[in-house]
Amino acid sequence: MAALPLYAQLINLLAALLLLLAFAMLAQRRVRSLIDLFAAQGLALSVSTAIVAFGTHQQHLYWSAGLTLFLKVLLLPWLLHRLIAKLDVKWDVEGLINVPTTMLIGIVLVVFSFNLALPIAQLASTVTRATLGIAMASVMLSFLMMITRRKAIPQVVGFLSMENGLFFAATSATYGMPLVVELGIALDVLVGMLILGVFFFQIREQFDSLDLKHMEKLKEGE
Amino acid sequence: MTLTGFLSQLLQLAIALLLAPLLMGWVNQCRAWLSNRSAPSLLLPYRMIRKLFMKDAVVAEHASPIFRATPYIVFGAMCCAAAIVPSLATDLPFARAADTIALVGLFALARVFIALAAMDIGTAFGSLGARREMFVGFLAEPALLMVLFTASLISGSTSLPTIVETFAHREIAIYPSLAFAGVAFTMVSLAENARIPVDNPATHLELTMIHEAMILEYSARHLALIEWASALKLFNYSCIGLALFFPFGIAVGAADWLAILGAAPALIAKLAAGGFALALIETLSAKMRIFRAPEFLGTAFLLAVLAMLVNLLLGS
Amino acid sequence: MSHISLELVIAAIVAWLAIGTLGLVRPRNLAFVSHGLFPLGAAVGLALAAVGLSAIGPVSQSTVLPLGLPDLPFHLRLDSLSAFFLLVLGAAGAAISLFAAGYFRSGEGAAPGLLCFEYHVFLAAMALVLIADDAYVFMVSWESMALSSFFLVTTDHRIPEIRRAGFLYLLIAHIGAIAILLCFGVLQGGSGDYTFGSMRSMILTGAWPSVAFFLALAGFGAKAGLLPMHIWLPEAHPAAPSPVSALMSGVMLKTAIYGLLRVTFDLLGGQLWWWGVFALVLGLATALFGVIFACVQTDMKRLLAYSSIENIGIIVAGIGLTILFKSYGKTLLAAITLTAVLYHVLNHAFFKSLLFLATGSVLHATKERSLGKLGGLIHRMPWVAWLALVGTLAIAGLPPLNGFVSEWLLLQSFLFTPSLPQSFVNMLVPLAAGALVLAVALSAYVMVKFYGVIFLGRPREPNLAYAQDAGWLERIALIWLAAGCVVLGIFPVNVIALLDPVNAMLIGSTAIHADSGRWLVLAPINADRASYSPLIVLVVIVAVVLLTTQIVHRYYHGRVRKAPPWDCGFPLQTPRMQDTAEGFGQPIRQVFDAVFRIERHLPSPFDTAPKYAVKVEDHFWYWLYLPLARGADVLARVVGKIQQGRISVYLTYSFFTLLALLFFVR
Repeated sequence: MAALPLYAQLINLLAALLLLLAFAMLAQRRVRSLIDLFAAQGLALSVSTAIVAFGTHQQHLYWSAGLTLFLKVLLLPWLLHRLIAKLDVKWDVEGLINVPTTMLIGIVLVVFSFNLALPIAQLASTVTRATLGIAMASVMLSFLMMITRRKAIPQVVGFLSMENGLFFAATSATYGMPLVVELGIALDVLVGMLILGVFFFQIREQFDSLDLKHMEKLKEGE
Repeated sequence: MTLTGFLSQLLQLAIALLLAPLLMGWVNQCRAWLSNRSAPSLLLPYRMIRKLFMKDAVVAEHASPIFRATPYIVFGAMCCAAAIVPSLATDLPFARAADTIALVGLFALARVFIALAAMDIGTAFGSLGARREMFVGFLAEPALLMVLFTASLISGSTSLPTIVETFAHREIAIYPSLAFAGVAFTMVSLAENARIPVDNPATHLELTMIHEAMILEYSARHLALIEWASALKLFNYSCIGLALFFPFGIAVGAADWLAILGAAPALIAKLAAGGFALALIETLSAKMRIFRAPEFLGTAFLLAVLAMLVNLLLGS
Repeated sequence: MSHISLELVIAAIVAWLAIGTLGLVRPRNLAFVSHGLFPLGAAVGLALAAVGLSAIGPVSQSTVLPLGLPDLPFHLRLDSLSAFFLLVLGAAGAAISLFAAGYFRSGEGAAPGLLCFEYHVFLAAMALVLIADDAYVFMVSWESMALSSFFLVTTDHRIPEIRRAGFLYLLIAHIGAIAILLCFGVLQGGSGDYTFGSMRSMILTGAWPSVAFFLALAGFGAKAGLLPMHIWLPEAHPAAPSPVSALMSGVMLKTAIYGLLRVTFDLLGGQLWWWGVFALVLGLATALFGVIFACVQTDMKRLLAYSSIENIGIIVAGIGLTILFKSYGKTLLAAITLTAVLYHVLNHAFFKSLLFLATGSVLHATKERSLGKLGGLIHRMPWVAWLALVGTLAIAGLPPLNGFVSEWLLLQSFLFTPSLPQSFVNMLVPLAAGALVLAVALSAYVMVKFYGVIFLGRPREPNLAYAQDAGWLERIALIWLAAGCVVLGIFPVNVIALLDPVNAMLIGSTAIHADSGRWLVLAPINADRASYSPLIVLVVIVAVVLLTTQIVHRYYHGRVRKAPPWDCGFPLQTPRMQDTAEGFGQPIRQVFDAVFRIERHLPSPFDTAPKYAVKVEDHFWYWLYLPLARGADVLARVVGKIQQGRISVYLTYSFFTLLALLFFVR
C-alpha cells in the first residue's frame, strides 16, 4: 500500500478524531462537557481545513479555517456557556433511549454511511475522498443525537455539529467551497444561534423548564 | 526449528520470568513518585516472592485438590503465554503453537481456574471475587477480540510473529485505526490486569476487591506463584501491546544473536515507558464502581469497532 | 466392510428395536433390563459409531426396502453426512445407554422394561432419520422420534408440571413437523416423486428455493430450539430423566441440524447470500438469549437446557456463515466454516451429554435439583466431580480441550469475511464475531457458576453428607465421554481429516489439503496466517507445572498446615454465606435486565418472617405464545358453536350435505 502524502495522513487522522468526537457527544451526559466536545470538534475541523489549505495551496481555505476557529471554537461555545449560566442549567442530559442502545444504533448508522459513501467517493478527485464516508457518518450521528435528546441545548449542539460534518465533507471531497458560500453559511448559523437563544428564554418563561416534553402540550386537542 | 531459535525461545521465557516482578516494582515506584511519596525498592517484589516461598502453606480444612493445584496451573498457563508472545524475536519454535485468539483462550483458562479455586473454599468473599472477575472477563473479551481483528485485518494474520513482521516492515505513518485500537487495547488490559480504574491492586477493603478477593485464602508458595503469575500476565499483555502497536526493535526473521541482544535494551526501554504510562493512568483516574465497568469496557469495544470500520474505509 | 455399511446400519436399527421389544417381555424385572438389555444397546451403539466412522468417505450407498406402503417403499441411503451424524449418535448414545444401565431404578414412575422399549425405539428412530432417502421414511421416523421421546419425557407422569412440559414439547414438535412436510412439498416441485434423489435433480425457480429454505429453518429450528420456538426446551429437558435429557440435548437436537444441512446444501441446488445473513443473525440472537437466561437459572438441568439453546445458536450461526461463503463461491472458506460447525456438533454431543449425566448422578445421590441446596459435592462424589470438571472446562471453550477448537475455527472463519465482495456484509459480519465472543465468554461464566455451586464450596444442606458416588457403570460412561472431550481437543487435525469428506460432499472442497501431513499444528490456510497446537500447549503447561512443583519442593519445602478458612478474620462462617446460584448470576441479571421478565418480591424491613422470591420468565411466552393460545381458544369457541347438542341440528347438517352433494353431482 503506497503511503499517502503526510497531509493526507493527517487529514485521515483528524477525520477519525471527528468521528470519535461525534460518538463521544452521543454518549455524553453532562451539558458542559458536551459544549467542550463541540469546541474540540470545531478545532479539529479548522486544523484539518488549514492542512488542506497547506497541501493544496489554496489561500482562501486559510480564511475558512480562521473563520471556523473564531466561530466554532471561540464564539459559539462562549455563547452557549453564557446561555447555560443564565438559564441556570444544572441537570445532566437524559435521553429517550439508554446509552448502549444509542451506541449500537450509532454503529449501524456508521456502517450504513460508509457503504453509501464508497461509490460516491469514487467520483471525487481528491486524495482525501475516502473521508467522505466519515463526514456523512458524523452528520448521521449528530442527527441521531438531535432525535434522542429530551432537552433543548443538546439538540442545538447536534444541529451545529451536523453543520460541522457537512463542512468537513465539503473540504475533503472538493477542497472547500467558494468563500462567499462559506461566509453565507457562517452568517446563517450565527443568526440561527441568536434566534434560538431568544427562544430558549421564552420557553423557559412559559414552561419553567427546558424539557421539550412540555412542548407536547401545544398539540391539537388539548 | 533451529538451535538458535530454541535457545532464543528459552532466553525469552527466562527474561519474562525475571523481568515480570521488576515491571511490577517499577510501576509501583512510578506510582509512588507521582503521588509524591518515597518509593519502595525496585527489588521488593523479588524479596516478597522469596519470603512467601519460605513460609508454611496454610490451607483451609475442606479445600479440594483444585485449590492446591490452581496456582501451578495458572503459573503454567502464564509461562506458556510468555513463551509464545514475541518480545525479543519472532523466530520462536513455540510461537506457532498459539495465535492471538489462542492466547486469549489461555488467559481465560487461568481466569476460570482462579475463579473455581476461589469458590472452592466456600466463603462469601471468594464467591464475590469469582463472580466479579468472570463479569469483567466476559465484558473484556469482545473488546479484545475486536482489537485483534483490526490488527489481523491490517496484517492478514492472527499469528503474532507474522503481525510483528508485517508491522515492522511498514513505513512509519499515522494509522488512525491503530491509534484507536491501541487505546481500546489499553483499556482492556487495564481491566484484565486488575488495575485502576477497574480494580485497585493495593486495596485493603474486601468489598471493593475483584482480583484480590479471589486469592484471599492463598498463602506461602501458592500465593508466591499467583503473584508471580499476575506479574507475568501484566508483562505478557504489555508485550502483546508492544508487538501489535510498537514492534520496532524486535528481531524479525531468522534468529541472529546480535539482533536478539540488540532487542533486549529496546524491550526494556519500551517496558519502562509503558510502566510509567500505566502509573500515570492509575494516578490520574479513580476506581469506578463495578457496575460502571460495562460502560468502560463498552467504550473500549466501541473504539475497537470504530478502528476496524475506519480501517475498512480508509485503508489505514 | 464399506460396501455392506448400509446393511450393517439397518441391522443395528433392527437390533435396537429387538432389544426394546425384549424389554416388554419382562417389564418389571430390573436386573434383566438394566444389566442385560441396556449394555447390549450400548454395544450396538458402539458398533454403529464404528460403522459410521468407516463410512465417511466419497462413496455412498443406497437401497430400497420393501417396507411401508405398496407404492411408497423405504428408500435408504448412507453417505458421508449421514455417516458423520451416525458416528455422533453411536458414540454419545453408547455412553448414555451404559449410564442408563446403572441409573434406572424401579419405582420411578414407569416399569423399567417399558422405559427400555421407548428408549430403544427412540434410538432406532433417530438412526432411521439419518439414513432416510425419501420424505416418507423421513417423516415416519421423525414422528416416531417425537412420540417415543414424548413418552420418555413424561416418565414421571404423575407430576403435573412434567405432563405440561411433555404436552408443550409434542405441540411444538408437530408444528415443526408440519413445516418440514411443507418444505418437502415445495422441494418435490410438482413431480410427485418424494425421493431425495429426485429432489436433488429438481431445479426450483423464482421464490421457491427461499420458501423451501425458510420452511426448513422453521421446521428444523423448532426441533433444534431456535428462537422463537425454543420455549419447549427449558421445560422438557429438565422434566425428563437424566439419560433421556442427555440423549435429547446431545443427539436429538443434532438430527435437526442434520436435516437443515441436508436440505440446504444437498437438496437445494444453490444458496443465496441473504439466507446466510438471516441464519447468522438468528443463530447469534439464539445464542445470546440462551446464555443470558442460563446465567440466572437456579435449577441445574434448566441451566444446561438453556446452554444447549446457546450452542445450537452457535451452530446455526456457523451454518449461516457457510451459506454466505458458499453463495459467493468461496468454497475453501465455506469448507473451513462447515468444519467448525460439524466439529461443534461432535463436541456438543460429548460435553453436554457428560454434564447432563453428571447432573443425573447428583440428582440420584442428593434428590435435589435446585442449585440452592447443593454444594461441596467434590468431597463426597469425587468421580463425578472430576469428570464433570473436564466437561465444564470443555464447554467453557478453554484450551486445550475440544470446545476451544470449534470456537477457534469459527472465529478464524469470521476473520475471512472482509474478503467478501459485498461491502455492507463485510463490515457488519465482524460485529457478529463480537457477539459470538460475548456468548462464549458468558458461557464460561455460566459454567463456573454451575460447577462452583454444585461441586465446590461447602454443602448448603446437611443431608448432602449422605451423598453416594456414582456406580461403576455410570463411571465408565462418564470416563468415555470425558476421554472423548480430551482426545477431540488434542488431535484436531486428525478429526478434521476424518470429517473432510463431508465438506467435499456438501461444499465441493476440503478444508485441509490432502498432502499436508502435519498432525501437530492446526493451520486452516497456512501457518503464517493462524495456527494452534493444543498438544504443544498441553505439554508446555504440564511440563511447567511438574518442573515448578519439583523445584519448589526441592529448594524450599512442601509443608502444609490445615486450618479453618481465613475469610479476612470474620468469625462464624456458615455455608449459607456462600453465593447462591442466583447471587452468582446477579451482575448479569442487572446488566441485561431488559431481556428478562422478572418479578421480584422483596421483604420490607418490618416483616417478622422476611421472604425473598424472584421469578425469571421468558418474554416470548407472554408476547407470542399466550396470545396465540388465546387466539386459538377464541377460534375454537367460534367453531365450537356448530356443536349444538341437539339431534335435530345434526340431522339438519347431514340433510344439507346430502342436498349439496346432489346439487353438485347433477
